Amino acid sequence: MNGQYSDTIAAISTALGSSGIGIVRMTGEEAFDIADKVYVGKKNKRLAKQKSHTIHYGYIEDEGRTIDEVLVMLMKGPRSYTGEDTVEINCHGGVYVVKKVLEVLIKNGARPADPGEFTKRAYLNGRLDLSQAEAVGDLISSQNEYARQSSVSQLKGSIKKKIDEIRKEIIYHTAFIETALDDPEHISVDGYGEKLKESVDKLLSEIQRLLSTCEDGRIIKEGIQTAIVGKPNAGKSSLLNAFLREERAIVTDIAGTTRDVLEEHINLQGISLNIMDTAGIHSTEDVVERIGVNRARSIIDKADLILFVMDASCPLDDNDRDILEMIQKKKSLILLNKSDLDQIITKEDVVNELELAKNSKSSIKSELNYAKKSAIIEISAKEQKGIDRLEEKIKEMFFEGEISFNDEIYITNVRHKVALVSAYESLSKVNESIEMNMPEDFYSIDLMDAYESLGNITGETIGEDLVNEIFSKFCMGK
Amino acid sequence: MKYSANSVWVNKDKYDVVVIGAGHAGCEAALACARLGHRTIVFTVSVDSIALMPCNPNIGGSSKGHLVREIDALGGEMGKVIDRTFIQSKMLNKSKGPAVHSLRAQADKAFYSRTMRQVMEDEKNLEIKQTEVVKILAEDNRVTGVQTLSGAIYHCQVVILCTGTYLNARCIYGDVSTYTGPNGLQAANYLTDSLKELGIRMYRFKTGTPARIDKKTVDFTKMEEQFGDERVVPFSFSTDPEDVQIDQVSCWLTYTNEQTHDIIRKNLDRSPLFSGRIEGTGPRYCPSIEDKVVKFADKNRHQVFIEPEGLETNEMYIGGMSSSLPEDVQYEMYRTVPGLEKVRIVRNAYAIEYDCIDARQLKASLEFRSIEGLFSGGQFNGSSGYEEAAAQGLIAGINASRKIDNLPPVILDRSEAYIGVLIDDLVMKESHEPYRMMTSRAEYRLLLRQDNADQRLSERGYEIGLISKERYDRLKFKERLIREEIKRLERVTVGTTEEVQKLLEKYGSTPLVSGTTMMELIRRPELSYELLKCIDPKRPELPAEFVYEVSEQINIAIKYDGYIKRQKKQVEHFKKLENKKIPEDMNYDQVKSLRIEAMQKLKEYRPASIGQASRISGVSPADISVLLVYLEEIIRTNHRDE
Repeated sequence: MNGQYSDTIAAISTALGSSGIGIVRMTGEEAFDIADKVYVGKKNKRLAKQKSHTIHYGYIEDEGRTIDEVLVMLMKGPRSYTGEDTVEINCHGGVYVVKKVLEVLIKNGARPADPGEFTKRAYLNGRLDLSQAEAVGDLISSQNEYARQSSVSQLKGSIKKKIDEIRKEIIYHTAFIETALDDPEHISVDGYGEKLKESVDKLLSEIQRLLSTCEDGRIIKEGIQTAIVGKPNAGKSSLLNAFLREERAIVTDIAGTTRDVLEEHINLQGISLNIMDTAGIHSTEDVVERIGVNRARSIIDKADLILFVMDASCPLDDNDRDILEMIQKKKSLILLNKSDLDQIITKEDVVNELELAKNSKSSIKSELNYAKKSAIIEISAKEQKGIDRLEEKIKEMFFEGEISFNDEIYITNVRHKVALVSAYESLSKVNESIEMNMPEDFYSIDLMDAYESLGNITGETIGEDLVNEIFSKFCMGK
Repeated sequence: MKYSANSVWVNKDKYDVVVIGAGHAGCEAALACARLGHRTIVFTVSVDSIALMPCNPNIGGSSKGHLVREIDALGGEMGKVIDRTFIQSKMLNKSKGPAVHSLRAQADKAFYSRTMRQVMEDEKNLEIKQTEVVKILAEDNRVTGVQTLSGAIYHCQVVILCTGTYLNARCIYGDVSTYTGPNGLQAANYLTDSLKELGIRMYRFKTGTPARIDKKTVDFTKMEEQFGDERVVPFSFSTDPEDVQIDQVSCWLTYTNEQTHDIIRKNLDRSPLFSGRIEGTGPRYCPSIEDKVVKFADKNRHQVFIEPEGLETNEMYIGGMSSSLPEDVQYEMYRTVPGLEKVRIVRNAYAIEYDCIDARQLKASLEFRSIEGLFSGGQFNGSSGYEEAAAQGLIAGINASRKIDNLPPVILDRSEAYIGVLIDDLVMKESHEPYRMMTSRAEYRLLLRQDNADQRLSERGYEIGLISKERYDRLKFKERLIREEIKRLERVTVGTTEEVQKLLEKYGSTPLVSGTTMMELIRRPELSYELLKCIDPKRPELPAEFVYEVSEQINIAIKYDGYIKRQKKQVEHFKKLENKKIPEDMNYDQVKSLRIEAMQKLKEYRPASIGQASRISGVSPADISVLLVYLEEIIRTNHRDE
C-alpha cells in the first residue's frame, strides 16, 4: 500500500502559538530525502540511513542559516500513522519558528497538506479501522469546508481582483493561440511570441509584486478572527477606538493594496486580533437590524473570538437575547459597556439570561463559562476603563489554549504562496519557450498551468474556460 | 405522430446487430460489427446517401485529422476511403509543434460516398436495407429488436443508433421550412417518440450549411488560389504513400466586405435565427455569416473559401458563409463577394434542426445506462462533424460487438486518444451545443499526436480484432527501428572536426566547443536527424518504406523530450485516479460526508472512476477524498468477505 499516494506532504501538527513546542510533520515517499536536505546533524548524519523509530538531534537550516535546534523523529512506513515514511520535527514552539520550518520543507519539495490529508492517507493505507470511514469522511469534509471559508471568503478583494486580471490576460493569450491552431487558415499566430513575451514579462512582475508585497506571500492576514457585535450605540466603535488609541495597538495595512480591504489588525503584546467585517463595525447602526440576522450569524460563525458589547445603561432587550443565543457556541466575552453610567444590566442579569437560554436549548453546548462570571467584563470604552482587564483576559484565553490562531489561514497562506510561485515558474517557462523559438502551441501548455495555479488561490477551476474564451473572443471560420 | 403500417410481421432472419443510419457513424459501426463476426443489418432512409457529406467537402482538419488517424489505427474505414477519394490534401500547422500538425483533405463527395458504399456492400456479414426504423423494441430494459415503417420486426441482440441529423429534422431558410433531413432527404419522424417512451431525454440542436454554387458562374481571377501540399501524406497507416501523390485541384480564397455585412444587417429581421423561429441550439464554433457579422461587428471582412464538391460536378461549397437568410438575401449577399458577382446558387444555404440526446445518459462504452444493448454514436449523441461521428460509430460498433461476445468494453481514456477525450467529454459534460473536437480539449496533446496514432492504438486494434497480424507486425518492426536508432544516437559522439563545424555553419548552428553526442545535436531546432546524416557514418540504412516515418519519430522524440516527459508524468497521476473504479451500483446516499451539490451531481452522472468524478463540475477535491475513503471501505469489506 505504501507509495500509493506517494507525493510528500507537510503540515504543522500542533496548535500555532500557544504551546511551548511545535511539531512539523511530513509524510510520503520523499519524506526522508527532503528532511535530509534541511537537517544538519553530527558528522554529516543522513536521516535516510537511520533506523526507523529513532530520534535525532540537530538543526534545521535554510540555505546555510540555522532556523532552529530540533529533535527529528523518523518512522518508516508502514509503521507510521499514515503508513508512509514519516518525519516529525520537534521545534522550539513559537509561531515564527514552526512556520519557518514548514516553509523550508515546502521549498525543498514537500507540498502543504490538504485539510485532513494525513488522516485520509492513514485510512487509505489501512492504518485506521475500517469502520472509521464515515468519521474520516466527516473530518475531511468539515476541515475542507473550514479551509474553504477561511481562504476564499477572507481573500482580500483587491488581491482577488489582481489575480483575476492576471488570469484574464493569460486565458486571452491562450485562447488566441488555440484559435489560430484550430483554424490556421483564418487566423495566424506567426510572430505572436514577441507580443506574448511583453505581456508575460508584465505578468511575471505582477506576480513578483504579489509575492513580495504580502510578506512571504501571505495573502490572508493571520491572527485570531475577532468579531465585535452588539446593538447600535452599545459602544462597538468606542471599544475599537479604545484598543487603537492606546498605542499598544498597531493598525497594519498591506502595502500596495487599497484602503477598501483594510481590516483592523490589533496586536496585543504579540497576539494578533483581526477585527472582522469592518463595514459592520465602522457603522453605528445595528448589526442585527441593518445587515440582518443572517449576516451577523455568518460573521459569528467565522470568528474565533466574539466580543459582545452590551450597553449596560439600557435594559436588556430581544436584540441582546438574539445575539446571546447566536454566540452560545462560540468563544465569547460579554462586555458590559458604559460602566461610567448608571448600570441597569448587571452581571447577574446576564448570567440569568444565559441560564434561561441554556435551559430552553439544552441541546446546545455552551462555550460561555458563566459559572465563573469571568467571561463577563465591565468596561467603559469611552473612559478606557476595564480595557486592561479585557486584554488580560484575552491573553489568558490564548495562553491557556482556549482560543487560537486559525491555523488554517496560515496553511492557506502557505498554499497560496506555493501557487503563486508555481504560476511564476510556469510563466517563466513560457518565456523560455519563446526565447528558444519553440512553436506557439508549446506556450499554451505552460500558460494553462499558470492559469490553473492562480485559480487555486481564488478557488476557481478551469472547466470550460478556455473553450468559452475561444468562442467568445475570436471568430472561427467554417 | 403515428406511423401508417397496420400489419406487423416478423423477419425470421436472425441478426446480431441492427445499425440505424448509414452516415459516417453508422458505416463505421456496421463495418466493425460485421468484421468482428456478427451478422449485421444497417438501415438507411436512402441507400444513395450512404456516407453522405451534407456539409463541408473535406475530411480532417485541426484535431479532426487526429481522429481520422486514430480511427484508422483501431481498424476503422474512414482514413482508407478518403485516401482513395481525396482531390486535395494539406498538412495544417506544419510550422507549429508536432502535436498540432493536422491533415485535412478535400473530398470528392460523391466518390467518397460511392466508395464507402462499395466497402459496405462487399462486407460479408453486412446487409443494407432502405427503410425507416420507427421503433426500438425492448423488454425489461433490454433491447430485443426494431420495427420499421412497414411494420416489420427485426430481432437482434444489440441496436446502434446513428441517426445523425435526421430525427424530426427541419430545414429552414428565411420563412421557408421543410420537414426534411439534409439535402431534402426524408426525415425520421417517428423514432423520437419511441426513444422518449424508453425514458431517453432528448435535446434539440441546430446546425447549418452554406449555399452550393455553379462553378461556371464564378470569376476565379478575383480570388487567391489555394494549393494542396506538394508531398501528400496519407491518412491511413496502411496506404502506400506513393498512391496518394495525385494531381490535386485547388480551392479559392476571397473575402466578404462591408457591403456584404450591410445587406446582412439590413435583413436580420428576416433571419429565422434572430426572429426566434429556430429553437435549436447552434454551435458557436461554426457560426453562420449573420452570427459572425453580429457578434464580431468590428471585423470588416471575413474569409470565404470556395471549395470544389468533387471532380464530376460543377458545384462548389462557400466555406465561411453558412446562413439561413431568405433566398433573395442569399443571392444579394453572396454576389457582393469578389468573384461571386454573377454567381448562381444551385442549392440554397439552410439551417437544420434535429433531435439528439443528452449524451450523459450513455456510459463511456456508448451503451445507454438504462437500456442494455442499446448503443449510439455520432451527431445523435450531440456531436458535430464527420470525423467525430465516425470515431463514435467505431467505438459503439466495437463495444456492441463485445457485448454480444461477453467481453469487457473498450474504453479509451483521455491520455490515450482524442477519441477518449471526445467520448469522455460527451458522456460527462453538460453540453448546450453540438460538440466539436479541438486540440485544446486534449490535456495531453503532446502525447496524442497524429503521427503516433498507430503506436498509441494499433495494438488495441489488433487485440480487438480489426487490425491484421501483418499490420501489427509492421508496427512492431517500426517501433523497434525507432527504439534502436535512438539508443544508438545517444551513444554516438561527435567531435569538433572541421567537417562537423562546417556542417553546423551551413545550417546556422553554433559551432561546437567540445565533443557532444549526435542526440544533443538533433535537439537543436535548426538541425534534424536527416541533416546530420553525412557526419554519422555508422548510421544504419533504414528500409526505404520506413525512412520517413522513423526519422519523424526520432526527431520528435529527441527534440521535445523534456515536454514529453513532463506530460508523461502528468499522465501517470491521471491514470492513478482513472484506474480507481467506482462500482456501477454505487449508493451515494451512503456517503454522508459528501456535500449536497456533489452528491446530486455524482448521482446524476454516475462516473465510472474517481478520475471521471473529479472532472464533474461541482465535485470538489475534498469530495473526491471523501469518496476515496468510502471506496476503500467497500474494497476492504469485500476483500474481508472473500
